[in-house]
Amino acid sequence: MAYVPLADQDQDMEMHHPHSWVEKYVWSQDHKVIAIQYGGLAVLTGIVGLVLSLLFRMQLGFPESVNFVDPNFYYQAVTMHGMIMVVYFLTALFLGGFGNYMVPLMLGARDMVFPFLNMMSVWTFLISVIILMASFFVGGGPTGAGWTLYPPQTAMAGTPGHDAGIILMLVSLIVFVVAFTMGGLNYVVTILQYRCRGMTLMRMPLTIWGIFVATVLGLFAFPALLVACIMMLFDALLGTSFFMPAVLEAGTPLDFEGGSPILFQHLFWFFGHPEVYIVALPAFGLVSDVLSVHARKNIFGYRMMVWAIIAIGGLSFIVWAHHMYVSGMNPYFGFFFATTTLIIAVPTALKVYNWLLTLWEGDIRLNAPMYFAIGFIFTFIHGGLTGLFLGNVVIDLPLSDTYFVVAHFHLVMGVSPILVLYAALYHWYPKISGRMYNEALAKVHFWLTFLGAYAIYLPMHYLGFLGVPRRYYALGNTDFIPLSAQDLNSSITIAALIVGASQILFFINIIGSLKWGKKADPNPWGAASLEWQTPDTPPVHGNWGENLPTVYRWAYDYSVPGAAEDFIPQNMPESDVATAQDAKSSQGNEE
Amino acid sequence: MSEATTQAVSQDGMTGMVDDWSADRQAYHVPWGKAMMWIFLVSDTFIFSCFLIGYLNVRVTTTDPWPPQSEIFALSFGGDPIPLILIAIMTFVLITSSGTMALAVNFGYQKDKAKTFLLICITAAFGATFVGMQAFEWSKLIAEGVRPWGNPFGAPQFGSVFFMVTGFHGLHVTGGVIYLLWVALRVKRGYYDNKGYEIVEIAGLYWHFVDLVWVFIFAFFYLL
Repeated sequence: MAYVPLADQDQDMEMHHPHSWVEKYVWSQDHKVIAIQYGGLAVLTGIVGLVLSLLFRMQLGFPESVNFVDPNFYYQAVTMHGMIMVVYFLTALFLGGFGNYMVPLMLGARDMVFPFLNMMSVWTFLISVIILMASFFVGGGPTGAGWTLYPPQTAMAGTPGHDAGIILMLVSLIVFVVAFTMGGLNYVVTILQYRCRGMTLMRMPLTIWGIFVATVLGLFAFPALLVACIMMLFDALLGTSFFMPAVLEAGTPLDFEGGSPILFQHLFWFFGHPEVYIVALPAFGLVSDVLSVHARKNIFGYRMMVWAIIAIGGLSFIVWAHHMYVSGMNPYFGFFFATTTLIIAVPTALKVYNWLLTLWEGDIRLNAPMYFAIGFIFTFIHGGLTGLFLGNVVIDLPLSDTYFVVAHFHLVMGVSPILVLYAALYHWYPKISGRMYNEALAKVHFWLTFLGAYAIYLPMHYLGFLGVPRRYYALGNTDFIPLSAQDLNSSITIAALIVGASQILFFINIIGSLKWGKKADPNPWGAASLEWQTPDTPPVHGNWGENLPTVYRWAYDYSVPGAAEDFIPQNMPESDVATAQDAKSSQGNEE
Repeated sequence: MSEATTQAVSQDGMTGMVDDWSADRQAYHVPWGKAMMWIFLVSDTFIFSCFLIGYLNVRVTTTDPWPPQSEIFALSFGGDPIPLILIAIMTFVLITSSGTMALAVNFGYQKDKAKTFLLICITAAFGATFVGMQAFEWSKLIAEGVRPWGNPFGAPQFGSVFFMVTGFHGLHVTGGVIYLLWVALRVKRGYYDNKGYEIVEIAGLYWHFVDLVWVFIFAFFYLL
């Protein structure tokens, strides 16, 4: 049966038009409102994660004088910080926030294909956050098992939050997976099936490619997390032994036998490694677009970039056990997974070269988003290089569970995506809010964040080489750790406090600019992609007014030789492109 | 520019696939709902795969011997117990329901509302029968002392996996029955006369998937 695509039908998409304030801003089915709800909630949760990290950093830096962090709370703060940042902050902000906002606008669609399902997604996400936060208020507090939740430790009496805390964490994750699936199906189907006329897959901005592949990864990786959570929940509630071997607790055997803790690690990392790329790929996409616009050059090697995203996505499913070199699995696994891990460096390096070559001889405009984008290239290269160390089994073994690992993954998937988030938020702020942010304040924010991040994470590499183990409440008097390591720890903590506090500048900027910012031009950066060509700024419900746009070119026509303007919007037909000759002759006529 | 106005013509084979993926507007010539259902089912496949791989893993790691399924799942009708007879009937019921669902899809596209309604209801009834027989199987095993945390026949993981996997699949079937009845009601009311009857096929996709998963559970859990 032949199916007629919507763009060819006479009738338009069935839109849900809001009738009241509540329908417009609370129970909204508009992808832009949902994006802001998703993003706002993710940022609020992220602030909790940030504050937790500052608390445990204070304990690490000044163990003598800080006495409000006891060992139990330290572990709970570390655990919750990790889980919040990876899942509830970065994943939700990139896919729920930017995915929702950008996908329909960049593709020339009116909304997501199923707006109601989209609305359900954000409210389910709210429920999962509430459950997560509830664990702070139950007896025993949140779980302190480390964000990887490895059994049997999670269930043992010595671990804080081993009773109620871990159950709430697992339930919250299960609810999150449900929320993500509802949103993720929407993004994927919208990208595949609801593009405007002329928008082929290979004309999509890289932002969309990143979000698309990341969402597909999410749809295939989150099931493993869901299953791991269900099985662990059964272990905790019903007394099954999926992950629990026969084990002694304070000398007495527990009622478990025959489970496999390694199975949990496999399931968790089958989710956990693609999760790294669920966060990284949208960041790759967003930063590509920011770099291209502000360098006034087309992105270098667009097709290579697309295939690199797809290759990274595919490879990310067969590298998971490089997180488990010290778990006691078969050594041949280490050989296989080290090989695949190093192969994944090829498409990743390719992307870095292409970003650099995009800047090469570009007409670079050093606006605040460009600062953050270039900062990202620095932190990503540094974080990526240490990944080569840790991907090799022999080098990983001594470095495993030291601060070297902490430095590596914070640079590569903490600082780097967050720099991209800031680049993207500043870059699209004029379109989202209709106002300009304060440029000077944004640049101060950049330097504090960027230099501060290095002040935090560079010394951690040295701590790692010294063998300082991660997840320790206090170093104490360990012989092989010199006393000076504590000084380094103190300086890291001071830097962390400064970076944490400097994020207030960002909130002052975006909230203050809503009121005092000057009214933004519809296309302040002269960007070619479709979201800047909307008839209204900020875009209204339905995005495009009467008619959906038609696309005639890719999203990167910057500084085209012969053209009068230094960019050609995606929806401008060849016949309307003013050439330099035209411009000259019209000038001549005026004279 | 010419690409922007090219009409989508579907061709067979490799050329058709390349055309579809390099086209504007859409990659598949299917309604949104159908595309979404397919992608959801791939995602769901990963869930069931993880369950089954987890099951195979604990079956290897557990220290106690695995209980003899053919004896546990045997049922006696007055004479000698017949191994796996209930599961065989359940499987037969579920596979049959796939047949009636396929017929319902066919009549749906012919806009034969009465027959579509009837066939979807029959499918749902088969599904409900399956869940009922599963409830019988559960209560029989519970009466014999099988619990998620242990059982008198051997490895405790046997009960854990049994209740978890069949329970998760049973929830899928139950959800499917409700979904089918909802679609059936809307078919009867003529809700899809304007919107098109693809929804019957979409519900059918889900139903066939649930049947297919059962085949794997049957093979891996009951036969292996």
